[in-house]
Amino acid sequence: MNSALRLIGRRAISSIPVLLIVVIGTFFLLELAPGDAVDAYLVSIGGGDAALTEQLRAQYGLDQSPLSRLWFYVTALLRFDLGWSVGFNRPISELILERLPNTFYLMGSATALSFVLGTALGIVSGARIGSFRDRLLSIGSLALYAIPSFWLGLVLSVVFAVQLRWFPTSGIETIASGKAGFDRVLDIARHLVLPVSALSMIYLALFLRVMRAGMAEIWRQDFVRAARAKGITRPRLVLRHVARNALLPVVTMLGLQAASILGGSVVIESVFAIPGFGRLAQEAVALRDAPLLMGIIVVSALLVIFVNMVIDLIYAFLDPRVGASERNT
Amino acid sequence: MSALIRFARSPEGLAGLIILTLLASVAALAPLLFPGDPLRIAGTPMIAPFTDPSLPLGTDRLGRNVLAGLVHGARASLIVGIAAAIVAVLIGSIVGTLAGFAGGLIDEALMRVVDAFQIVPGFLLALAFVSVLQPSLPIVILAIALGAWTGPARLARAEVLSIRERDYVASARIIGMHPLEIALREVLPNALPPVLALSAVIVAGAVLTEAALSFLGLGDPNIVTWGSMIAEGRAVLRSAPYLSIVPGIALIATVIGTYLLGEGVSAMLSRREQQS
Repeated sequence: MNSALRLIGRRAISSIPVLLIVVIGTFFLLELAPGDAVDAYLVSIGGGDAALTEQLRAQYGLDQSPLSRLWFYVTALLRFDLGWSVGFNRPISELILERLPNTFYLMGSATALSFVLGTALGIVSGARIGSFRDRLLSIGSLALYAIPSFWLGLVLSVVFAVQLRWFPTSGIETIASGKAGFDRVLDIARHLVLPVSALSMIYLALFLRVMRAGMAEIWRQDFVRAARAKGITRPRLVLRHVARNALLPVVTMLGLQAASILGGSVVIESVFAIPGFGRLAQEAVALRDAPLLMGIIVVSALLVIFVNMVIDLIYAFLDPRVGASERNT
Repeated sequence: MSALIRFARSPEGLAGLIILTLLASVAALAPLLFPGDPLRIAGTPMIAPFTDPSLPLGTDRLGRNVLAGLVHGARASLIVGIAAAIVAVLIGSIVGTLAGFAGGLIDEALMRVVDAFQIVPGFLLALAFVSVLQPSLPIVILAIALGAWTGPARLARAEVLSIRERDYVASARIIGMHPLEIALREVLPNALPPVLALSAVIVAGAVLTEAALSFLGLGDPNIVTWGSMIAEGRAVLRSAPYLSIVPGIALIATVIGTYLLGEGVSAMLSRREQQS
């Protein structure tokens, strides 16, 4: 447990400069935008005079130099203050915290589904490389990989929501249904079936391919030949010896894909009108709300760092060698 | 020559080559096949496919020719996909080579920048970039490349770390070549082949990202793209689903073609490595 804590500590310290680069980079990217939040706000309320503009600029601190605003932003971040959204007229951290759970449900279920199914199919495929079943799965995974998630989402909703009426077309839960407890969980699950399927297919294909490639590699190693010579049954050989050792690269992939799954949820949330984090990003773009967009980017970076830390812990648990080397350094 | 024969023997590569050649020729001939702006009105709105011989795939909600949009969209997808991949590989291999070759503090700093770009979701970054600088073709290309250069950078760095200890680099150093010249003229060309093998995946990813951006209305508004066609068809998804489905199939075919071609190329490269 101690080494796990140390692992977390080391990762946290090493991600500080990275996070700082993200903040500074995003800040200057959004500096490039023509006009600022006050301009956007004035357009939305139908214009205002120069005095009001000046007053608003001073109120949001927009009249100061970029560097002093950056300093102000970074110090505010340390207090978990992401600033004020002009578009929504609410604190940004509040907005983001409100939207995050929905995205967690979507991302979490999609990741779990693609990981479990992708790894299982990868084992089936990698059990006999080159067999008919393997070829079929390889072609299938290629097709899945090529399907854009937002398009799959549309097709799924035409078939299963519009025509068959099995699942709702949009939203995260039935509004004003008064459902609570388990009923509410079931309701949310029903709303998530289509978006989760649409989002997870591409990653399912990726996990399948990595698992299969890993198994192809392991089959060639000496200990497999040794195990086979000992007369171990085939299912045991495939699962215990080959698949188990091929799992580590898939876990690594899980961390690498965290940012991509979060990005993918932006489009899926838009297709299924899920009020999540990704939809918020799109709304920030539409409202030209630069501070909100910046807060979203910074929080998503934090999220990815967090997910990677969790993956590191899982990795250390699965492969004792990682923990051991961690202890020595 | 033998490399070409090896490529021709891989069924995946061959299939990918055929698909992409077809797509590329359609894209190249787009102005001849369907001259004029594909966004102009060509007939009455919502003509069903296969009913009017002059408009084989019918028209959309605004009466635009679907087939013309599809053909011109191939152009946009291929241009964005390939250009974004070129920019990403270019930035990535230069940064990776510099980091691997310089070592020390420069390496450390550059790799933290790579980390930062990997931690921010590429799609979110592209979204912010395009919305800040207004969508146009070059901006969209740059935005996609911004999220895709880290893979090539890491790979190039790893290659350079193994190459820079070899004899021909040492001899270049002895004859007094400038370190930057060694990095760019001696090391980079040799680090490039594995990075190039990665580029098919980058092209495929870029095509998908462009489609997603245009789907959200953040593509170049002056050109037809498959993503914007899918978004446009979404408004009439219940009555005319083919308007969204057809451009999606074109998109899938492009990504499959690119990916298969990539498999063929990497099979070609890996077999050459085994021989040498």
